[in-house]
Amino acid sequence: MSRSNMARPNMAPWPLVMLAAPLLPFATPDGTALYLPQLPVALALYALTVATILAHRLPGSALGEALLLLAGVAAAYAAPLVLLNQGHPLAQAGGLWLYVAGATLLLWRVLALLAGVSGPVRLAGPALFGLALVLLWEVLTRGFQVPTILLPPPSLVLTAFAANAADLWDDFRQTVLISVLRGYLIGCGAGFLVAILADRVPFLARGLLPLGNLASAVPVVGIAPIMVMWFGFDWQSKAAVIVVMTFFPMLINTLAGLQSAERIQLDLMRSYGAGYWRTLAMLRLPCALPFLFNGLKINSTLALIGAIVAEFFGTPVVGMGFRISTQVARMNLDVVWATIAVAALTGSLLYGALALAERHVTAWHPSFRKR
Amino acid sequence: MTTRNTLPVAVMALAVLVLWYLGAVWLNAPTATDALNRAGPGWTTADLIRATLAMKRPILPTPDQVALDLYTSLTGYPVTSIRNLLYHTGVTAGAALAGFGMGVVLGVALAAGIVQARTLESSLLPWVIASQTVPILAIAPMIVVILGNIGFTGLLPKAIIAMYLCFFPITIGMVKGLRSADPLTLDLMRTYSAGTAQTFRLLRLPASLPYLFTSLKIAVAASVVGAIVAELPTGGQAGLGARLLSGSYYGQTVQIWSALVMAALLSVTLVAAVGLAERALVPGGRGGAR
Repeated sequence: MSRSNMARPNMAPWPLVMLAAPLLPFATPDGTALYLPQLPVALALYALTVATILAHRLPGSALGEALLLLAGVAAAYAAPLVLLNQGHPLAQAGGLWLYVAGATLLLWRVLALLAGVSGPVRLAGPALFGLALVLLWEVLTRGFQVPTILLPPPSLVLTAFAANAADLWDDFRQTVLISVLRGYLIGCGAGFLVAILADRVPFLARGLLPLGNLASAVPVVGIAPIMVMWFGFDWQSKAAVIVVMTFFPMLINTLAGLQSAERIQLDLMRSYGAGYWRTLAMLRLPCALPFLFNGLKINSTLALIGAIVAEFFGTPVVGMGFRISTQVARMNLDVVWATIAVAALTGSLLYGALALAERHVTAWHPSFRKR
Repeated sequence: MTTRNTLPVAVMALAVLVLWYLGAVWLNAPTATDALNRAGPGWTTADLIRATLAMKRPILPTPDQVALDLYTSLTGYPVTSIRNLLYHTGVTAGAALAGFGMGVVLGVALAAGIVQARTLESSLLPWVIASQTVPILAIAPMIVVILGNIGFTGLLPKAIIAMYLCFFPITIGMVKGLRSADPLTLDLMRTYSAGTAQTFRLLRLPASLPYLFTSLKIAVAASVVGAIVAELPTGGQAGLGARLLSGSYYGQTVQIWSALVMAALLSVTLVAAVGLAERALVPGGRGGAR
């Protein structure tokens, strides 16, 4: 697994497919095909890309090579956007798409180089991958004129995001800050407390664990209509769904965590004359922390899902689920995607924050040791 | 489950039943009181309790009401009838299994790619994890509507959502499993000068099976959830999700509950089936991943 001897493997020749690109049309306005030399901007960008491919063997670090090649990739991704802005339809521009495909293969090389680099630059790899996905999405949806009802390009989603910022903020406040947070705290707290109780009373644990495993197989989201019927349209019904969804994952994880302290450590605590609660606070809860965080992380996505699904069954006229269902009905897919982006971002941030907290609190755990 | 656990589980199940009946009395009492008052004064507490347990549209139906509804809807009509719950269960199970199959293919392929190519590991794996923060269940109805607009109806949209839900546990479990081959045996393979493909097929794949099956149990339950939620927008058509929604529209609480119980039974059956397959395929039965 040594990294040094594989820091700069030779580049596979796949990106060279784009050498064939000039032979095919780059744009096809009103029946006549336009080729590369007829489009000065595209020609310049193409030349830049080919130059970076040829120059990649220049002496330098892997990082330098990655940056050089990245310039070529950026030029290739810029080409269709520039041509689109000039008003060229690109659906049948075979050469251009071959060029973009070649550049995507070149990006693979950049990612491979970045994966070999150590330090924080490594993080650029996944970021670039995501950025490239979004750019490809933009280029492909606009280039092939995919109907926006099917898949709006990211730029349109961004515009919708800006135009509906106030609505989206209200939805965020209603769904996340009011429903999700309360439900999450109540559900996880209840699961944790019952787990402590069940740990104290083994009879309870032996009875609850199989039920918990059963509950993990049951589609709990299905109770959303019942909860809306019981608790009304406002946040209480959403919180109730979340509580039911998050209770058992937390219970199971906490119980497993409490049992993860080793026999020899427990014996040591006993030899110190520590009682049940002292052992719990000093040894068993710290040992359970990785399991607790596992439960909290699973629950963070479950909670968001529960709230949004529950909003399909009835809601005040605000909230992410309400926004999604009404805007789908009106075919405003850009607003829907903006809401999805907010939800995904919220989920990622929640998950990231928990992962960060876990790192700080359980830095001693073997899973964080460097390989 | 050992016999040691039978008593606690029985007691817990009994406690749940008792709580359920108490809850039914408590939740249904206001409506039942109204009805009794309208019928005339002079009713006793026993009358009230009897009324709460036998309401036509209860807030919380009693277990025996749900069981009766299940029984009549399972046996009262032929299996092909739209009024038979088994028909709806079949529709949901079909979508869930199709999605599960697709999810297994996608998940295993992703895991193999991630284990074999370091570039994929560093750039794709974070996005596989991030993909799970998209609340797909929440946008599932939208996806179904959109796919329906471009001509994909029936099984496929539901299967896609089920697939999206179940590929993630499979990928994660499979990556862990493929990596779990003993370094010593990996070295042994190298001394035999086995190639990457051979090592993969003869060593990594068998080593991953226990992890794979643990993930498969989670994934098959997830695929049922996906199929049910994907059925919500199809309204009065077929499937357990459609039953939930129509029950919610028409205030048929008993119908909601029997659909829920059926969904639970379906999940548990599928998980048990995966467990049986595990016992048959993994040497030594339930593997070490648990």
